Amino acid sequence: MSASQYPQGDFRAPAPVIVPGHSHKSVTEKLSDMVLTHNTPLAWVITTAIGFCLLMLLIVSIAWLVLKGIGIWGNNAPVGWAFDIINFVWWIGIGHAGTLISAVLLLFKQDWRTSINRFAEAMTLFAVACAVIFPVFHTGRPWLAIYWLFPYPNTMGLWPNFRSPLLWDVFAVSTYGSVSAAFWFTGLIPDLATFRDRAVNPVAKRIYGMLSLGWRGSARHWWRYETAYLLLAGLSTPLVLSVHTVVSFDFAVAVLPGWHATIFPPYFVAGAIFAGFAMVLTLAIPLRELYKLHDFITMRHIENMAKITLVTGLVVVYGYTCEAFFGWYSGNEYERFMLKNRIYYGPYAWSYWALMLCNFIAPQILWSKKLRQNLKVVFTVCMFVNVGMWLERFVIIVTSLHRDFIPSSWDMYYPTFWDFATLAGTIGLFLTLMFLFVRVLPMISIFEMRTMLPESHAHAKAKSEEGAH
Amino acid sequence: MSQIFPKSANALARMGLVGAVGFVLCLGLVVFTLFRSTWATKQHEFVEQPIQFSHAHHVGGVGIDCRYCHTSVEKSAFAGIPPTQTCMNCHNQIWTNAPILEPVRASLRDDTNLHWTRVHDLPDFVYFSHQIHVKQGVGCATCHGPVDKMPLVYQAQSLLMEWCLDCHRAPEKYLRPREEVFNMAYEAPANQLELGRQLKAEYNVASVEHLTSCSVCHR
Repeated sequence: MSASQYPQGDFRAPAPVIVPGHSHKSVTEKLSDMVLTHNTPLAWVITTAIGFCLLMLLIVSIAWLVLKGIGIWGNNAPVGWAFDIINFVWWIGIGHAGTLISAVLLLFKQDWRTSINRFAEAMTLFAVACAVIFPVFHTGRPWLAIYWLFPYPNTMGLWPNFRSPLLWDVFAVSTYGSVSAAFWFTGLIPDLATFRDRAVNPVAKRIYGMLSLGWRGSARHWWRYETAYLLLAGLSTPLVLSVHTVVSFDFAVAVLPGWHATIFPPYFVAGAIFAGFAMVLTLAIPLRELYKLHDFITMRHIENMAKITLVTGLVVVYGYTCEAFFGWYSGNEYERFMLKNRIYYGPYAWSYWALMLCNFIAPQILWSKKLRQNLKVVFTVCMFVNVGMWLERFVIIVTSLHRDFIPSSWDMYYPTFWDFATLAGTIGLFLTLMFLFVRVLPMISIFEMRTMLPESHAHAKAKSEEGAH
Repeated sequence: MSQIFPKSANALARMGLVGAVGFVLCLGLVVFTLFRSTWATKQHEFVEQPIQFSHAHHVGGVGIDCRYCHTSVEKSAFAGIPPTQTCMNCHNQIWTNAPILEPVRASLRDDTNLHWTRVHDLPDFVYFSHQIHVKQGVGCATCHGPVDKMPLVYQAQSLLMEWCLDCHRAPEKYLRPREEVFNMAYEAPANQLELGRQLKAEYNVASVEHLTSCSVCHR
């Protein structure tokens, strides 16, 4: 049902996705002039500079890692996976909301996705870029890992072992990265053509001209475009579910108490969407203020995203409950010990309770409509979730590893400076890429926003004329 | 408004597409071939040695059996490089003043080793045993080439793992009777596969599963 079917002021009527009063021209001008201008906001310069400094820290960390070896990290014999894999899963999870917004919400014909899908997809790509650093560099010999993991006819007559979920990770993440890039670029083409036509600078004109691949916007183009876009959305949806499932298999396939749980695939995917939406909100709220996008990213968007964060957060809490219940219900002493170690007498119990605070308690604030509409509250909750989802992976990985079957192989894990530096470095990479994207590409899909306007709809026009009679 | 791109951009775009696909395919092909090329494996390259020792002369010409110098080939993993003493068994009598042999005399005089350059140099993570291969009917020439015709030794085969596995997966393609192992002139008969299978059974050559498991070579 379209919005026009409801009388004005009806409580059921969804708020419009664009604040009324906009025309094709005003939408296009607002969104393209943010990029095609000489005026770079000071906040942009400061944030990008911070991101760039952290990116340099990443490069230093990786260079030192390759020179010195992974012993510069705090990982040890029982805890072979720590910050490296925590960060990998965290970043991959963040990426998932982008695909969910662009693909799943498209399949469900959710018009409110339009204002946020472009930068959510960019967020996916950049989060995947940050994530892939970890599987490559957490290996002791990254110069081999980057190609021995691929099945190619090598001179050793060897192929990778297709039974390892770590190999599935290679395929999952590389497919996810490339399909997301294709999806994102396909969506960008019509907007790049707008930039090509609106750019004044001849160099910019040529660059956008080349990137838009000669898009003319004919009916035939549009028909094919829509078909391709829908197909890509249909392909990305199972992809988004399977990629994080594969990531969860890294743990669930193992025999470790705390890892070997069949609930992991859906619970990881829910966690990914939870973390991803929190990150979209974390980015959308400041960007909205910085670029004055209040007309396009309305409170309805913020509220809807907050609702999804709440729902997926509840799924995640269901996951924690199941884990706890089945740990007890199994009657297995190792499972029960794992729980007790996590929850009360382990040295990392603080992380479990911090996780509960961030992922369980904090998002409950979002039940209140009033608080969902308070940007500061939503932003704070999202920061809690970002931290909480990182802690979730910390709890799963470290607390399961540091005390397992044999007490003689119990140990503690203490991260080093380089563990933190690499994490901060990937945040820098993400910020740098994100802000470069915001500066040179349309962060909101211009052509899709135009279709959201009432004047784009033939029947809406007919209806308004009818009303005038 | 003037056009941004000239008409020639059409051709360039098409060529760019074809070129990009072609480039990737070519790159793959080049890498695939390059790593198997004799340039990468250093096959058929004569290697400079401290003494111009000629297998062509000693084996092809004089007719010395391989085991005269490489004594441990049937008993040990390492075939052995003969010590100076082995050279001096003959060269204290013949060519005693030949300048070419001065390093050998010096080695004996000063009690120092001759520093031969290894031609077949496997990485140290590969455990290779000569003994088992000789015992199971793998001829010298199968892996080392026509040494009796080499004035200086070169690497005849690639020594790539896929080359090792080719034989470990189907040893019948290369096996010969034990008594022919050191015969440099041996030629595979027309019924090699049939003979190979027979020898494989007779010599109790291990199964392919065993022969291709990691621990056989990478101990």
